Amino acid sequence: MIPAAFEYYRPASMEGVIALLEEHGDEARVIAGGHSLIPMMKLRMAEVAHLIDLQDIASLSGITIDSDGIRLGAMTTQHDIIGSAALTAAAPIIKEAALQIADPQVRYMGTVGGNVANGDPGNDMPGLMQCLDAQFHLLGPDGERVVAARDFYEAAYMTDREDEEVLVEITFAAPTGGYAYEKQKRKIGDYATAAAAVQMSKVDGKVATASIAMTNLSDTPIWSEETAEALIGTTCDDAAIKSAIAAMLGDIDPTEDNRGPIAFKCHAAGIVLGRAIKRAWSRA
Amino acid sequence: MSNKMHVKLNVNGEDHEFLAEPRELLIYALREKLNITGPHVGCETTHCGACTVTMNGKSVKSCTVFVAQANGAEVTTIEGLGQPDALHVLQENFKEHHGLQCGFCTPGMITRAAKLLEENPNPTEEEVRFGISGNICRCTGYQNIVKSILSAASELNSAKEAAQ
Repeated sequence: MIPAAFEYYRPASMEGVIALLEEHGDEARVIAGGHSLIPMMKLRMAEVAHLIDLQDIASLSGITIDSDGIRLGAMTTQHDIIGSAALTAAAPIIKEAALQIADPQVRYMGTVGGNVANGDPGNDMPGLMQCLDAQFHLLGPDGERVVAARDFYEAAYMTDREDEEVLVEITFAAPTGGYAYEKQKRKIGDYATAAAAVQMSKVDGKVATASIAMTNLSDTPIWSEETAEALIGTTCDDAAIKSAIAAMLGDIDPTEDNRGPIAFKCHAAGIVLGRAIKRAWSRA
Repeated sequence: MSNKMHVKLNVNGEDHEFLAEPRELLIYALREKLNITGPHVGCETTHCGACTVTMNGKSVKSCTVFVAQANGAEVTTIEGLGQPDALHVLQENFKEHHGLQCGFCTPGMITRAAKLLEENPNPTEEEVRFGISGNICRCTGYQNIVKSILSAASELNSAKEAAQ
């Protein structure tokens, strides 16, 4: 499998990256770890005439945790996430999710920025970032703008990012309460048949806050306010979980593919969400 | 468009320089330009792990790295771990515990296992299985591979203790 030929660039600064993107428009793409883009190029599902490698831009890496919240540089790999004790202490759901992405070799290369910016509905980090109410920082010719993860996804591979912009960092407040990332997949390395990201907090034995997002069950991740509302104020008993699952099923729109027919995906989504809620509640 | 670029790679401690199209995959540069044929081409789709090498301290599938991205990198392949007359502890243990049958996955499997033991010198069986989950073997059923890696870990650990 040989991709189409391309010109390769490895600029040393973001100014250099933006200048190349302005010059080449939609014929150019940036490459981070490349573990979504390279397979697409090998299959010739993506043709990129000008490939801009971000590996030399140090400012895109690193995990920062302080009183302002958490910052993940776009080039932070899944392996970096799993190895960061400070991040796991501040937001343990991210490691729980990262460990369920792909396989060890892919996690050394795959980056959080690539995972969220690519817009593949099968990726796990977009739903997770919606659950955490993360903000995506996009740098373009006119400077930086910030878009909420919950507003970023338009359709499969279609996002709010413009061709000449680069997603440079992700920020969010440290979550509180219990958490769970639950994923049903056919084998290690597969995308989710269904996955759920859940954060919830408990006050006086009742659900005080909840945030729930589902992955690979529509052409975008689905952050479902109705699902969370079905839990808030309850003791998270079986009836509440059942109504949360019903609300979630009203918000997703799965399609039939080699992971199964629609009815099976809805069934799997319900099981996965039920498990995630129970585990998050047990940790709240 | 098909302009070749100058590529520098340090493979197993030796510097190499050659011309390649940026789109060439690292696995093909290693095998066909440098005649380093330990890493194998299996699925060529990032699934099987037969092409696993260590690049700048990371286990990577060299079918999913453009040679342009690898320019300037340090790469270790199975040839850099052991030689026929001086086997690596992992190679000894794969031999001892029958950790291979056809042997096609073995270079990638051992290269990955070496990195795993470097990061986690005392893994549980579960950690070994999770750590090699990016490498597929269609012969062994993995049992003897896991046994080989665990045995190599304890041998490396006793050698380390003896040295202290």
